[in-house]
Amino acid sequence: MGKAAGKIILYTALAFVGFLTLVPLIWLVACSVKGAEDFFRYTFFPPISRFSLANFVSLFEQMPFVRLMMNSLFVAGTTVMVQLFFSSLGGFALAKYEFRGKKIIMVVMLATMMIPAQVMLAPLYELICRMNLADTYLGLIVPGAVSVFGMFLFRQSMLQLPDELLQAGRIDGCSEFGLYWRIAIPISRPMIGAFCLIAFMGTWNSFLWPQIILQSNLKFTLPIALNQLVGLQRQDYGVLMAGTLLSVLPVAVLFLILQKEFLSGLTAGAVKG
Amino acid sequence: MNRPAGSLFAAQHRLAPYLFVTPFVVLFCTFGLYPLIKSVVLSFYITSGPRSQVFVWFDNFRFLLGDPDFHKAVWNTFVFAVFSVFLQLPLSLGLALLLNRKNLRGRNVFRLCFFSPRLVGMVFVGVLFSVIFAAPYGLLNVGLHGLFGASLERAWLQDPHLVMPALVLTALWMYVGFNMIYFLAALQNVDRTLYEAATVDGANAWQQFWHVTLPGIKPVAVFVVVLSTIGSFQLFELPYLMLGNNAGPDDAGLTVVMYLYQNGFVTGDLGYASTIGWTLAAMVLVLALAQMYLSGTWKKEP
Repeated sequence: MGKAAGKIILYTALAFVGFLTLVPLIWLVACSVKGAEDFFRYTFFPPISRFSLANFVSLFEQMPFVRLMMNSLFVAGTTVMVQLFFSSLGGFALAKYEFRGKKIIMVVMLATMMIPAQVMLAPLYELICRMNLADTYLGLIVPGAVSVFGMFLFRQSMLQLPDELLQAGRIDGCSEFGLYWRIAIPISRPMIGAFCLIAFMGTWNSFLWPQIILQSNLKFTLPIALNQLVGLQRQDYGVLMAGTLLSVLPVAVLFLILQKEFLSGLTAGAVKG
Repeated sequence: MNRPAGSLFAAQHRLAPYLFVTPFVVLFCTFGLYPLIKSVVLSFYITSGPRSQVFVWFDNFRFLLGDPDFHKAVWNTFVFAVFSVFLQLPLSLGLALLLNRKNLRGRNVFRLCFFSPRLVGMVFVGVLFSVIFAAPYGLLNVGLHGLFGASLERAWLQDPHLVMPALVLTALWMYVGFNMIYFLAALQNVDRTLYEAATVDGANAWQQFWHVTLPGIKPVAVFVVVLSTIGSFQLFELPYLMLGNNAGPDDAGLTVVMYLYQNGFVTGDLGYASTIGWTLAAMVLVLALAQMYLSGTWKKEP
C-alpha cells in the first residue's frame, strides 16, 4: 500500500513539473492562433471554429519573414559547416599526431575558454569595421568560424580511434587527409550529430554579435528581427507570439531528428570528466 | 612500410598535422587571440566609435570602481547568479533524482518534456516571457488570478522589486530541465553496488544520498555549478528583450554584459566596454577558481 502511494506521489510530482514546463509553450501556440478579439476572452485555445491565421498574416505583412528565415538558415547552416570542418580537422590533428607546437595550441585554447567571450566584443567590432565587414554576412560568419569547444569535442572522440587502423590505411597508400576523411569522420558520426545540433542552436539563437554588426533590415537574422518587432509591437501580443513560434520551430524539428546524439554529446565531456 | 615510399608521400605525412591545424589556428589567432590582447590595450583608452582614441592609463578602471551604474549591474548579476546556483540547481538535482527511480515508466517522455524549454533560444524566451509577465492579461497574472484571486494589474516588468524575481523565474523555467540532464547522466553512472552495500549496512535513504549519491556525482555537480555561475554572469538577452535597452525601471534588470553593451555599442566607448569586459572576466575567473578550490577538485584522491 505504501509503495503504491509513493508511486502516485512520484508520478503526480513529475506530471506537475511537466505541466509547469509545458504551459508557457502551449500558451505560445495558443496565442498565435487566436484572433485579436479572442486574445483576452480565452486563456488558452479558442474553439476550433475560431482558430485564426490573422497573426501570421499580419506578421508577414510587417516583415519579410520568409527572407529573415532564409537569412537565419543561411548564416546558421554556413557557420555550422565551417565550424564542423575546421574543428574536426584540427581535433583530428591534435588527437592523432605528434607535432611541434601542439602543447602550446592546446594550453592557449583551454585558457581562452575560461574567459567570457564578451571581453572580445569591442576589439572584434573594431577589427570587423576595419576589414569593411560590418553589416555583412561574412562579418557574422567568419569570427564564429572556429569553435574551440568543437575542437576539444572532436579531439576527445578521435583519441579513441585505434592507431593501427590509421597505420593500415597508410600502408594501403591512403593520404593523411584521406585518413581524416575516410576513417576519422565516418567513425565520429554520433559526435558530428551532437556538434551540429549544439552549434546550430548556438548560431540560430545568437543575438549580441548580430545585433552589433547588422544594420540593414533585409540582412537581419530572426532574433534581431524579433527584437525589432518587440520594439514596434509591444502591445500586439498575437503577432509577437506568432513570430516567436515560427522562429523556434526549425530548432525543435532538428532536435527531434538528432535528439539521441545530442543528449549523449552534451553529457559526454561532463561525465567522463 | 614498403608501399609508396616516395618522398611526396613521406612529406605529406610529416606536414599533414600542420596543414590540418593551420586554418583553425589562423582563424583563432585573428578572431580570438588578437581581440583578446587588443581588448587589454583598449581598456586603457577612452574611445568614441572605432576611430578616435585617447590614452588614459588606468582611468577607466578607476572610474569603473566608483561608477554607481556598474555597482548596480554587478549586484543584479550577482543576485541572479546566487539564485541560479542555490535555487535552480537543487531543483535540477531533485528532478534528476525523481527521474532516476528504478522502474520509472515514461522516463524519456518526462526528460524530453523537462528539457524542451532549452529548445527555445534565449531571445525567444525573452519575447515569450515579456508577454507572459505582461499586465493585465499575461499568462502569469491570469493564472495567479484564477488560482488565488491575485490582482491582474501587477506589472511585473515595470515594478523595480519584481523585475529580478521575473528574471529568476524565467531562468528557472529555462534551465532546471537542462541542468537536470547532467545530473541524471551522473546519477546513472554511480556504481549500483555501492547502494546495495549501503542498504546491507542499514543506511537509510538520507544517509545513502549523503554518503553515496553526492560523492558519486560530485565531479559533475562541480562542473554544473561552475558552468551555471559563468553563464549567469553573462546574462544579457533575457533582460534586454524583456525590459528593453534601458534595463527596466530603476535599472532593476541591468546586468554587467548589458552595461558593457550600452557603453560600447550605444554610447560608443569601446575602451570602457573593454574595461567592463575584463572586470567581468576577472570576477568570473575568481568565482570559478574559488568554487573548484572549495569543492576540493584539485585535491588528490586518497
